[in-house]
Amino acid sequence: MVSKQLTFSTIKPNTGLAAALKKSRPDIIAELAKSGLKGRGGAGFPVNVKWNLAAAAHDPEKYVVCNADEGEPGTFKDRVILSEFADLVFEGMTIAGYAIGARKGILYLRGEYAYLRAPLLAAREKRRAEKLLGDAVQGKKELSFDIEIRMGSGAYVCGEETALIESLEGQRGEPRNRPPFPVDTGFMGHPTVVNNVETLAWVACIMAKGPEWFKAIGTEKSSGLKLFSVSGDCEKPGVYEFPMGITVAALLKEVGGEGAKAVQVGGASGQCVPASEFNRAIAFEDVSTGGSIIVIGQHRKMLDVARNFMEFFVEESCGQCTPCREGNVKLLDGVEMLREGCCSMPYLKELCALGETMQAASKCGLGQSSPNAFLSIVKHFKGEIMG
Amino acid sequence: MLLTDRERLRADIEAWVGEFGADRSALLPVLQETHRKYGKVSDHAMQVVADLLGIHPVEVYGVVSFYSFIEHEVKGRFIIRLCRTLSCEMQGKDRVARQLKNDLGIDFGETTPDGRFSLEWASCLGMCDQSPALLVNEQIYTQVTPDEVHDILEDCRRMFTQAAPVKKEEH
Repeated sequence: MVSKQLTFSTIKPNTGLAAALKKSRPDIIAELAKSGLKGRGGAGFPVNVKWNLAAAAHDPEKYVVCNADEGEPGTFKDRVILSEFADLVFEGMTIAGYAIGARKGILYLRGEYAYLRAPLLAAREKRRAEKLLGDAVQGKKELSFDIEIRMGSGAYVCGEETALIESLEGQRGEPRNRPPFPVDTGFMGHPTVVNNVETLAWVACIMAKGPEWFKAIGTEKSSGLKLFSVSGDCEKPGVYEFPMGITVAALLKEVGGEGAKAVQVGGASGQCVPASEFNRAIAFEDVSTGGSIIVIGQHRKMLDVARNFMEFFVEESCGQCTPCREGNVKLLDGVEMLREGCCSMPYLKELCALGETMQAASKCGLGQSSPNAFLSIVKHFKGEIMG
Repeated sequence: MLLTDRERLRADIEAWVGEFGADRSALLPVLQETHRKYGKVSDHAMQVVADLLGIHPVEVYGVVSFYSFIEHEVKGRFIIRLCRTLSCEMQGKDRVARQLKNDLGIDFGETTPDGRFSLEWASCLGMCDQSPALLVNEQIYTQVTPDEVHDILEDCRRMFTQAAPVKKEEH
């Protein structure tokens, strides 16, 4: 369900790739810097910085990985992109391969999207036949690039880039310590850029339309357009495209979700924004998101929301580090106590302190962000949850 | 297991290792193919994979036990995974869950005695705008209502009668 026309549908196939191949490698990265494109998976790391580090690394073997392990609760825009604009993603990967000097790309598709595998393979075959993949792409001798499609097997944590690489290497999907970052020690120890599906599609658009176009949209620190996955208590759920910096209130108006009690921005690892803060901007410098928007109506109980997210993290924690493995269980117990009305105020404070410890001490992004929803619900809805 | 079955399993795994490469990075694809064809990755299969990739079988077990879509125990021919994450919960996944349990006569985490169905919970399936959603093996169903549950299950059951036309459906 795409609720209005996306920019992706206005880009003619392969114009981005053709434009990129006319430029030098440093020029491509310089254009991305000018566009201000930041990672669309949620972390918001500048794409040009990542690519530059990988490009500068001395290694004949480098990799481009497309992170299609879209598992954040409430996020489904990558599914739509892969279903309808797979070529743009392959184009973005090819541009990345050219820019950093990689010959191989790997698209890591989550196991839950296995039904997308056959159409993606068909799209890849078509590109191979059209010489858009393989040896001497578009007759350019110095660019040989091909793409492999690999499947995940039902592990949310593999969306974390180092866990994803572990999984590709045939290991349990347990995140690594960073640094070293994948740009120097990635897949099989080689420099690797890992980018989200949407990021790579935007790269192709920026090459086609120019960095100035992208930079002119959005805010100073968060430029460009962004896809949002909207679900929950609203009239028109679906995938939307908005400029970065849109306020929560303006977004709700577009999707028919006015009058909401709260909005969970950024999925289970994001934060819960109460109605009193709907004037806040959705951007990396304010409320950051990979695109998940779950509208929570007036009739919902916030403890039900908190319980659902804590159950999610208890299930999906890889169990490697203690703060995340044990902390999430404790927070879920705490939510149950709150539901039963037997949580004392001092214990709630202890739980919040535990949450802050988890943010500071967990090894990867999953653990560091897992208490966010709980903490923001406690902060904004204390009256309700202490019922 | 008959010797011939073991030989067939070994031949299959050898073919997959040939396709994906005889190094550790081929482990997940090989396990995924094994699971797709045999419905589980048995102890014996893990041993064969370990031999062919030159790693310890415990390493293989560690990987099999980590990923929720790779099963060590035998599961039903159809694995039904109902999404339990927030958007699906808000759109009534509990009512769908109740019908699945009532129709199949099993709880989540269980397999029907005839080996046809397993019922599992899933984390977000990425169908939040069309919730509640469930997967039947690799097939996705969206906006599932409680009364559609029976139709979905009947579609699966029909597969068995088609596959074995001489056998009459017992229910």
